[in-house]
Amino acid sequence: MILDSKIPEGPLAEKWEKHKFNVKLVNPANKRKYDIIVVGTGLAGASAAATLAELGYNVKAFCFQDSPRRAHSIAAQGGINAAKNYQNDGDSVYRLFYDTVKGGDYRAREANVYRLAQVSVNIIDQCVAQGVPFAREYGGLLANRSFGGAQVSRTFYARGQTGQQLLLGAYSALNRQIAYGKVKMYPRTEMLDLVMVDGKARGIVTRHLVTGKIESHSAHAVILATGGYGNVFYLSTNAMGSNTTAIWRAHKKGALFANPCFTQIHPTCIPVSGDYQSKLTLMSESLRNDGRVWVPKAVGDNRAPGQIPEDERDYFLERKYPSFGNLVPRDVASRNAKLACDEGRGVGTTKLAVYLDFADAIKREGLDKISQKYGNLFEMYEKITGENPYEQPMRIYPAVHYTMGGLWVDYNLMTTIPGLYATGECNFSDHGANRLGASALMQGLADGYFVIPYTIGDYLAQNPTSRIETSHPAFKEAEAAVQADVNRLLSINGNRTVDDFHKALGHIMWEYCGMARNAEGLTHAKQEIRKLRDEFWRDVKVVGTNEELNITLEKAGRVADFLELGELMVDDALNRNESCGGHFREEYQTPENEALRDDENYAYVAAWEYTGPNQQPVLHKEELKFENVKLTQRSYK
Amino acid sequence: MAGNNPNSKPMNLTLKVWRQKNTQAAGRLETYQVKDISPEMSFLEMLDVLNEDLLRSGQDPIAFDHDCREGICGMCSLYINGRAHGPERGTTTCQLHMRKFSDGDTITIEPWRAAPFPILKDLTVDRSALDRIQQAGGYISVNTGGVPDANEIPIPKTIADKAFDAATCIQCGACVAACKNGSAMLFTSAKVSQLAMLPQGQVERKTRVENMVAQMDKEGFGACTNIGSCAAECPVGISLENIAMLNREFISAKFTSENV
Repeated sequence: MILDSKIPEGPLAEKWEKHKFNVKLVNPANKRKYDIIVVGTGLAGASAAATLAELGYNVKAFCFQDSPRRAHSIAAQGGINAAKNYQNDGDSVYRLFYDTVKGGDYRAREANVYRLAQVSVNIIDQCVAQGVPFAREYGGLLANRSFGGAQVSRTFYARGQTGQQLLLGAYSALNRQIAYGKVKMYPRTEMLDLVMVDGKARGIVTRHLVTGKIESHSAHAVILATGGYGNVFYLSTNAMGSNTTAIWRAHKKGALFANPCFTQIHPTCIPVSGDYQSKLTLMSESLRNDGRVWVPKAVGDNRAPGQIPEDERDYFLERKYPSFGNLVPRDVASRNAKLACDEGRGVGTTKLAVYLDFADAIKREGLDKISQKYGNLFEMYEKITGENPYEQPMRIYPAVHYTMGGLWVDYNLMTTIPGLYATGECNFSDHGANRLGASALMQGLADGYFVIPYTIGDYLAQNPTSRIETSHPAFKEAEAAVQADVNRLLSINGNRTVDDFHKALGHIMWEYCGMARNAEGLTHAKQEIRKLRDEFWRDVKVVGTNEELNITLEKAGRVADFLELGELMVDDALNRNESCGGHFREEYQTPENEALRDDENYAYVAAWEYTGPNQQPVLHKEELKFENVKLTQRSYK
Repeated sequence: MAGNNPNSKPMNLTLKVWRQKNTQAAGRLETYQVKDISPEMSFLEMLDVLNEDLLRSGQDPIAFDHDCREGICGMCSLYINGRAHGPERGTTTCQLHMRKFSDGDTITIEPWRAAPFPILKDLTVDRSALDRIQQAGGYISVNTGGVPDANEIPIPKTIADKAFDAATCIQCGACVAACKNGSAMLFTSAKVSQLAMLPQGQVERKTRVENMVAQMDKEGFGACTNIGSCAAECPVGISLENIAMLNREFISAKFTSENV
């Protein structure tokens, strides 16, 4: 298989314009003849569903939550980047492009990233027109703040709830189309398989989470916008329901999975407090604008933070990276927090935490100003920990947050299955080996509002097919397979709970495929995951029936997929004999413990082909060509 | 356990939980004992512990809605000891922690109760009526593309901040559950005021409020009698001022209605 990224010819800055002109169009009267399925209603899914319906396509949108507005984009806190240069501080499309490629440690496609930077400015216009209440200055114009990995202020925000406000904007656009009858919304409905006819994606099979009804839906194209797979680690900042099932089942039907091991560990999360812990809560990166990260200089210093004098503290990010300071990219900040804790200088009772201290900022700007900027985050911190961050520093530790890997897509966001698209976090395309803060919202909305509406038309115009009835054998076969999977899970009646398996998998992944990885550990992890998977299918306990709201059954299906994905992540991490971004192989580091890339051998996208249960997947490579950016060792010093 | 909070002792609790097989079935309160609950646990993690115990003994775990577990998605609910989202003010159930309870407590857990929210199973209810109110007009009718530059619409900071405050509603439905009339006025008013305050929302200002109120009535939500328990129980602090604004908007829209 040759991976054709379909990057348009011509100079970087002209590619997207040219491509938009060259794509085939579907005339307005014909659009109503096409049905499009959108799975997931976060930023990438809701924006795509709304926009495609506005254009005239018939859209069916699916989400597993009770309302499309619950998708986990809603929890994004800090902001959204855009190259508006409203601050007159030297920002530009090129600079946002450059920062993103560099931030991703040179493992992203230049053309995609440049397009992302280009359309970023349209996103802000669109959201404001929808009534999204972004933060403003007293003159009435939009405010910005800074985020990690950038030296300009280009992040637009709505207090600490930017994701919520952007998603509600997209949700409102979606609602308008639901009201018009152009989008049919299916909440509490989970996609369990992709249906292909003549080698093309033509529909999906779903299970209704309240009635258990297994049903087919046909379409001319399918868009997956199902988010990240960070919950493979059990503990992450993802929502409880976030899962890999839709993209994993598409992968098993032939869609290649790219860079699965590229996981973002976010530096500022509330530390784990006990075994019962069900999820980790992020404290927005924006806090690093004013908060200072430190640990005691001395190992084993157990004094309360207030009793440790200034000269006995180590502000390690400021010390090691004077020019970016506390605003280094996430992978760098996380790794350094881990190093400090590995040295025995961690704080709190578990010693797996570092301080994020606002005392100086409060002294400088006053309590009111700090509370205005971060009030809701401080409150959330206090609710969870019982500690007041205005009076004592926050304790933070890195946690799994985002997955840069995902289904391989070409420039048109189409996977290796014709007619199957992947947008937002569930594709691999824009963030390389590390995503910069405030860029996930940008990518989700860019894909949904401004990319897919153009590129999907090109496919439909070139593949004019008639509607397919769901009585077609391909649908019946897929339904039967889904039903068989459900029956199998219900019939095992073993001794170990689904959560128990999920936690065990999470432990393996975090230990061996987390912030630091090495060949020996990864090899061991592969064996462990296989053992655990075998045990799962022998001994998992699922009670109840299919024909009811069955929370155990739902989870079991998702964990079964995580147990397969985990092994692929390990394979990918083992294959990539270099360190880059969030992928840190201990064997490959500079004397200063920075990631050591190997551009000669690994400047490629690793796209994996599924070959069957317990079979070794096949690696396909898409070489990355850097024609505009010079590859250098990332330096934030 | 974590934190700098060493005097946190595990608790034993008695739970009375509403169990109901499905919408049609009759429900009842079942009693469960939970042991060794850490005060650092969230309320939902305490229920997770109970569910694991139930599952191990072959019983059906308790179904409850939840997703983000950070207080923003609005999916969690629960009526805890007679309060929507439990005893702590301004807090969703997922952000409620067990340190707010004491060893030996009995905790009663029920679903949201309101006619437009049918129970699906146990503590899970159907809140799609709230989505339909939004679909009736909770938007500004702009298509993607062709909009002016963001800074061409200056908005005074005070207005933007107020609009933001209204826009933070998480659509959990606590206001409805807390209201003795089962009214959705606080919910509906939050969206109406957000958009009525902003310049972008002016064009559809009248039709929006008329259509959203009509849908609210159609769904069977009760009338507002200005008691204010909705705002008192709202986990994100949506203000009663929004209801006043909705009433004003509604009356002036009706006087000069564009709905024909």
